[in-house]
Amino acid sequence: MKTLVTCTVNGEERTVLADSRDTLLELLRERLRLTGTKEGCSNGNCGTCTVLMDGAPVNACLVLALEVPGCAITTIEGLSDGAALHPIQQALVDHGGTQCGFCTPGIVLSAKALLDANPRPTDADIRHAIAGNLCRCTGYGKIVEAIAAVAAAAAPER
Amino acid sequence: MQEFVFECPRTIDEAVTAMAAGDARALAGGTDLIPQVREGRRQAWRIVDLKRIPELTAIAVLPNGGFCIGAAATASAVARHAGLAATYPAVAQSAQLIGGVQIQNRASLGGNICNAAPSADAVPALICHDAQAVIAGRSGRRQVAVEALFRGPGQTALEQGEILVSILLPAPAAARSAAKYLRFTPRREMDIAIAGAATCISLDAQGAIAAARIVLASVAPTPIRAPSAERRLIGERPTPALLEEAGRLAAGDARPISDTRSSADYRRSLVAVLTARALADCCRQLEAEAAQP
Repeated sequence: MKTLVTCTVNGEERTVLADSRDTLLELLRERLRLTGTKEGCSNGNCGTCTVLMDGAPVNACLVLALEVPGCAITTIEGLSDGAALHPIQQALVDHGGTQCGFCTPGIVLSAKALLDANPRPTDADIRHAIAGNLCRCTGYGKIVEAIAAVAAAAAPER
Repeated sequence: MQEFVFECPRTIDEAVTAMAAGDARALAGGTDLIPQVREGRRQAWRIVDLKRIPELTAIAVLPNGGFCIGAAATASAVARHAGLAATYPAVAQSAQLIGGVQIQNRASLGGNICNAAPSADAVPALICHDAQAVIAGRSGRRQVAVEALFRGPGQTALEQGEILVSILLPAPAAARSAAKYLRFTPRREMDIAIAGAATCISLDAQGAIAAARIVLASVAPTPIRAPSAERRLIGERPTPALLEEAGRLAAGDARPISDTRSSADYRRSLVAVLTARALADCCRQLEAEAAQP
């Protein structure tokens, strides 16, 4: 069964013909060709497909396309046009916080949601915020450093 | 994934009508249902999304000081609710144990109950506080203790066509009452408990335990009470030796199995340790409360 789904993706209203079985991940990657969002485990364990839904990180593989009408979705494409990097992306580059890079889009969006809600997180806050994003290269230390550096630059200690 | 009809009711009456159509599954956060349907572990010819019904996602303070938690309210919303977190910290903290942030932003307490996993992290604290489930069906509403909802792994007492509407937490206990849920997972985050224990105790004016509830997770086909441990505590002043004895009794009340995640013996040992530690945490909370001016 196909249904028209209208939602906001990266600030732009989009209407897509979705199958009732499509997940938000499939809507983004296959219908809208926004392939920056990666498919990992497809069962909600790895966090690779993390996007922001009304500002909150969710696993796109666990949301049905038919659940998103009226919602605002932010994907990695919404953070940067590719020319100038978002500060979180730049920090991951500067700190060597990417290895294979597959988990990176999800990590960036989890970090963005954290910093939007909590501009001065502790290391424990950062680790909790990205606990649902698995990095199989296990470069967590540098990822945490990168996120902490963004926070420190944006909200210097008084 | 199989074909299914997707419905998005705006009222409980519409939801109940949609659920009555047979082979329907209620959808809250979808963190269990969607992978189950995709992997063919559950059939659903009709999926009824409950999140557009305001009552299902609301968290309300009741006139008696208790709380009404909409069954589809997210774990994040439960954890963030300041009043709930202050009155029922064990419930709010348990909600923060379900998966990672992405899961907590979708998963609901109602879904955690209705999925009926013996390891469900939100459930033991709710049973400790004698939470009640409000259920709607074609013949109206009924109320059942959350404790009485579980029939076995993946099975609840909800009848075909019924939906869980909300979870009621009673008026807060008088002073000198505390609760705690502890679980053990082989990994620190993103893992399923191989054993869990929630404890709730109330002290009388003399400092003796007047009421106690101990609820165990992952050590039986459903969440279970530990009655012999509860009985042992009543009328006694909490001492480290007493709490350890209660832990040993709770281990005896557990009915664990061995599976890929843990042996039964290890689960039983964990119950003893987690129960004693959760009780000790309750005692620390009560001491801190007593020390406040």
